[in-house]
Amino acid sequence: MPEILVFATLNGLVTGLLLFMLASGLTVIFSMMGVLNFAHASFYMLGAYFAYSISLWFGYWTGLIVAPLLVGALGALVERYGLRRVHQQGHVAELVFTFGLAFLIEEAVQFFWGPETRNYQAPELLDFPLFTLFGQEFSAYRGFMLAISMSIFLGLYHTLTRSRVGLVIQAAITHPQMTAQLGHNVPLIFTMVFGVGTALAGLAGVIAGPVLTTFPGMALGLGSIVFVIVVIGGLGSLQGALLASLLIGLLQSYAIAADVGVPDLLAMLGVEFPGDHPLDDLWTLHLAQVAPVLPFLLLVLVLVFRPKGLLGKRE
Amino acid sequence: MLELSGLHAWHGKSHVLQGVELEVGRGEIVSLLGRNGAGRSTTLKAIIGEVEPHGSIVFRNKQIAGRKSFEIARLGLGHVPENRQVFPGLTVRQNLLLGMKPGAAAGRWNIAELFAMFPLLAARAETPGGVLSGGEQQLLSMCRTLMGDPEMILIDEPTEGLAPKLVEQVGNLLLEIAARGVAILLVEQKRNIAMRISQRLYVMGHGQVVWEGSPDSLARADAVRAEWLEV
Ligand SMILES: Nc1ncnc2c1ncn2[C@@H]1O[C@H](COP(=O)(O)OP(=O)(O)OP(=O)(O)O)[C@@H](O)[C@H]1O
Ligand SMILES: [Mg+2]
Repeated sequence: MPEILVFATLNGLVTGLLLFMLASGLTVIFSMMGVLNFAHASFYMLGAYFAYSISLWFGYWTGLIVAPLLVGALGALVERYGLRRVHQQGHVAELVFTFGLAFLIEEAVQFFWGPETRNYQAPELLDFPLFTLFGQEFSAYRGFMLAISMSIFLGLYHTLTRSRVGLVIQAAITHPQMTAQLGHNVPLIFTMVFGVGTALAGLAGVIAGPVLTTFPGMALGLGSIVFVIVVIGGLGSLQGALLASLLIGLLQSYAIAADVGVPDLLAMLGVEFPGDHPLDDLWTLHLAQVAPVLPFLLLVLVLVFRPKGLLGKRE
Repeated sequence: MLELSGLHAWHGKSHVLQGVELEVGRGEIVSLLGRNGAGRSTTLKAIIGEVEPHGSIVFRNKQIAGRKSFEIARLGLGHVPENRQVFPGLTVRQNLLLGMKPGAAAGRWNIAELFAMFPLLAARAETPGGVLSGGEQQLLSMCRTLMGDPEMILIDEPTEGLAPKLVEQVGNLLLEIAARGVAILLVEQKRNIAMRISQRLYVMGHGQVVWEGSPDSLARADAVRAEWLEV
């Protein structure tokens, strides 16, 4: 039992912090634009594909650095020449634009890399067990993912709350007019934030690609979970996004690790059913099978009992 | 320093400024009076680029109509808006730091000196701006704009809703600002403070300047006060 708990916690942290790399950008961009960017997870997918192609020629480590930069530059261009123009047409137009962009990116990925899964591999350098506990291995690559996402989180926190740029960003989010009238180039700041947010999504794709597989559907799968996180945490709240990311990462991980079935639970309560009972399918449902649904279950609960999200301020 | 001519502006479809003409000289304190809705705040907003201006706005010999707010601010024009716009989540000190323009050299004002002038703000240096009283927020907003070392500031009703003691502090700060060679265009509701500190006054009505003169001549112009100022 303790080894299950330790590994489930570690894996939950890896997933949670990875989700936060996406959720943080999405939620900050939401505060700026007032609109959810449906294409955010597409930049995550682009990160994985760019890194895959770069790794074929120059190796994993070059991809790790270059792919997020490319994705961030692309994000900044999208904001500067796309979103900013569409913004004048109102929120609905912006939403439709980000939807369209998500489809466009998915089609482009299928066009250039094909519909099948790409064999994007973790670097050999990290292909060893970091430690073995109770006879179970924790891979060095997962440790590496944890280290990267942890340092991103600390760096982001420090930049936003301590640095002057971070203060300008906070001010520009709540009072863009006043911030501009103090001499700060607010549109440029917004482009930069968009670029950094999409670069972080790209970085998440680079490090997650080898573990969660690199295929054209990867944006859709993760994207919906990231939306759920941002809503559960409270739209626009960075702390909320962190809390919800960890909550969902750990919850899923524990559910998979526990992997108890309904029959086991009932057996614990002293109830036994014969194998040919009509409700057999339900009884044999395992917690691990329910894991993917958990985020959405949590979403419904939060929306019913706390519509503004765990740490959100607006309805 | 600043010269407006034929300035028009719209809020949606309503034609709010209808050809405003006024000027402010170097280091001068000039007040803009008028009843509620006369268009005084809109004049300031059009100058700083928050409301789209039509017409001519010349600041330090440059045409600034149509430029972006941050560029106008960097030319040395500050705006202290009527609702103060303090950044609520940032501390008093952080609010002041954001008044400094990116990469600017030290100017006429610094935090230590402003804190010495206003112990009220110094005592709350690490408090979030959002929890300050209205008067404290007004002082903070003015000091924040001064941190950007402007050549001229536009101040919108700085004494509105303030206790008499704070009104006096704000009045003294305005005199100190002018003493350091910074021009002021002041929008005021309280005529006595405007009369006390301004060199010249303009009276606005229905989106136009309807009268111009010295404090003494306004004191004597009973008809102007009755028609455009008194309620
Ligand atoms: N954001 C806005 N949208 C639509 N109309 C506006 C807006 N702001 C001001 N107005 C209108 O423009 C006119 C001038 O407003 P302005 O704020 O310039 O007046 P003011 O002289 O500053 O008076 P006060 O501040 O005492 O209300 C008013 O009729 C007002 O109703
Ligand atoms: Mg006003």
